[in-house]
Amino acid sequence: MSPLLTLVARDVRVAWGEGGAVYPVAFFLLTAILFPFAIGPDTALLARVGGGVIWASALLAALLPVERLVGPDAYGGTLDQLAVRGYSMALVAAAKLAAHWLSFAPPLMLAAVIAAGLLGLSGETLLKVEIGLLIGTPGLAALAVATSALVAGLRGAGAVAGLVMLPLAVPLLIFGSGSLEGGAGALKLLGAVSLVLVAGAPFVAGAAMRVGME
Amino acid sequence: MSTLLAFHGVTGARGGRTLFEGLSFALRAGEAALVTGPNGVGKSSLIRIAAGLLAPAAGSVETGAPRALMAEAPALDQARSLGDALAFWAALDAVPDASTRVEEALAATSLTPIADVPVRLLSTGQRRRAALARVVASRASVWLLDEPANGLDMASVIALETLMAQHRADGGAVLLATHLPVALPGAQTIVLAP
Repeated sequence: MSPLLTLVARDVRVAWGEGGAVYPVAFFLLTAILFPFAIGPDTALLARVGGGVIWASALLAALLPVERLVGPDAYGGTLDQLAVRGYSMALVAAAKLAAHWLSFAPPLMLAAVIAAGLLGLSGETLLKVEIGLLIGTPGLAALAVATSALVAGLRGAGAVAGLVMLPLAVPLLIFGSGSLEGGAGALKLLGAVSLVLVAGAPFVAGAAMRVGME
Repeated sequence: MSTLLAFHGVTGARGGRTLFEGLSFALRAGEAALVTGPNGVGKSSLIRIAAGLLAPAAGSVETGAPRALMAEAPALDQARSLGDALAFWAALDAVPDASTRVEEALAATSLTPIADVPVRLLSTGQRRRAALARVVASRASVWLLDEPANGLDMASVIALETLMAQHRADGGAVLLATHLPVALPGAQTIVLAP
């Protein structure tokens, strides 16, 4: 098995082992359920805002695992051992991105089906939401890994992570929920934002992890 | 004989504070260096500079061979069995036969009977031996050991000394930082003073 696959497999195992893949999804469902309570049981209104609700909930759920993506490996010595073996931190960050997407996105997309049912979304809207999530979640995962590397070692890392990550995730939210009405144009922009984040995050995260060793 | 690790006028600093200045030494095959000095004098920083994790404030570090590091942090996944946690690292070393290397390293550190025990259930001393087993399994020529005797019982310290002697006989080199008495015959001594 190549080193990259070994790293991805290990991070996926850690994510599932700590229940890390279950909590964000449960949190996502809970957030989505809060909206009908707040807005009221107006089916037409819920069906209209439901897609946006799913996107906002997905964004909040993506924040939950940020604290444990890089921090524990930084102070647990794992990153040191990888660096001594000559692995670049950008490669390690790319592996973390892939592993985080694998343990976060598929369960989230399954949960989105349940949320769509609770919000009374039409099948057509649900399909658009799922396509948008498929394109947008790699970008969310990239942001999560980069943020996690930047705040690793800070006190109150979780709170700082929210302040760093949420503003940067706004483009994903705009184009993601925009694709529900805007159609193909918004999806293309969502894809572009997601691609830029996925391409840039490993280098940002890698540099932050490297600085954190000093 | 080629140099495995050399410091050329290295200055070490942490947080803007200079710990040691102009340090030079070289390790060739079979050689060892013992770094001593009181707490906080920069022993761990020296080891981290030798490992390439910390950049020297001045001077340069020359490395001619793969290095293996044993630091304070165990870096073993808590939920996995000891054997699996070590196998993960062995698979990432740039040498073949990961499973054979892990088995031999477990035997060399007397950890074979507890290879199936999850890392989180291990005692302090067992974790230290596990970190040593990772160094052995890596087959790296240069061993960088930061306080390896911490938490070890007397029998384990003797086993550590035997492993280091064997490694040097096989053409390896050892850089050892410790404040505990560890036998390292014929080693050069680097005394760091505050």
